[in-house]
Amino acid sequence: MINNILIFGAVTGISLLVSLFFDKKKTLIGLKKGVKMFLGIVPPFLNILILVSILLFFVPQEIITQYIGPDSGAFGFFIAAIVGSITLIPGFVSYPISAALIAKGASYAVIAVFMTTLIMVGVVTLPLEIRYFGKKAAILRNALNFVAALIIGLCVGWLMML
Amino acid sequence: MADDVMIKKHIKQYLWVIVFLAASIASYFFGFNPGIIVYSSFQDFFIEMITFIPLLFILIGLFDVWVPKERIEKYIGNKSGVVGIVLVIFLAMLQAGPLYGAFPVAYVLYKKGASIRNIFIYLGAFSSLKLPMLGIEIGYLGLKFTIFRTLVSLPLFILIGFLMGKIVGGKFEVKEIKIPQKG
Repeated sequence: MINNILIFGAVTGISLLVSLFFDKKKTLIGLKKGVKMFLGIVPPFLNILILVSILLFFVPQEIITQYIGPDSGAFGFFIAAIVGSITLIPGFVSYPISAALIAKGASYAVIAVFMTTLIMVGVVTLPLEIRYFGKKAAILRNALNFVAALIIGLCVGWLMML
Repeated sequence: MADDVMIKKHIKQYLWVIVFLAASIASYFFGFNPGIIVYSSFQDFFIEMITFIPLLFILIGLFDVWVPKERIEKYIGNKSGVVGIVLVIFLAMLQAGPLYGAFPVAYVLYKKGASIRNIFIYLGAFSSLKLPMLGIEIGYLGLKFTIFRTLVSLPLFILIGFLMGKIVGGKFEVKEIKIPQKG
């Protein structure tokens, strides 16, 4: 957490100073935009945090470790890939969930494959995608991305263990 | 009158938060242990979030005013090769929102003459390299995880762009669809 404050504080602080130096008016517009966007996501974000806090109370750590932990094997990995492909969770919501799952014993490989399928494969939005790109391209894109997500999950899981 | 409506809207938005906080206070009051445990993990989550998300959004706002997205969009059509690829990835990184929000942009790129390969590289970069999302990812899962995931993803979706270009080939077109966009 202290790391976060340092990283984001430094990057945002320096950007703000540079921006102010070049153009005060533009900086103010940017600040307003940022604050507005932030206030927009606060309510859904808090709702998700509440939901995750309640769910974590009911799902014991042993269950998480058993099904999606480092020793859960291919089963947990594929379940995560399929759940990620089907569900339509906004990206910013998946991060606190993933972080909480890792803290409770989920493996990085499972989390990486879950997040990647979540953002790159969309079964629910496939009909919409077909209307834009046609059947062949849309299905092919999702299939290729699914395979890519499996590779990404395995590689990231392996890299995190080094 | 207008203030009334605004206040009602805010209360509605924060309804669950208010209910949850009331329930938490009641839990403390009556010594209801599960409620106290749930609240304390919520508090941890909240502190974690509030330490970096506001800063991140200030950064996103600044990016928004300084980087001319439309001008980059214009260039992409006639640039090919490595420059084209770098430009689409850069443009995608500046976006925000869910993947289905990228389809209309794909249509714009198609109209401006971007290749099939670059359109799909754009979609790949859009889904996994958006700067706001990378910021949140660093905050929650750490710099190491984010860098590994990004470095493994990047070549894969460039490869997917090439494959899509090869397989889908000449008959490809992006259709314009008018849907009521929400959020």
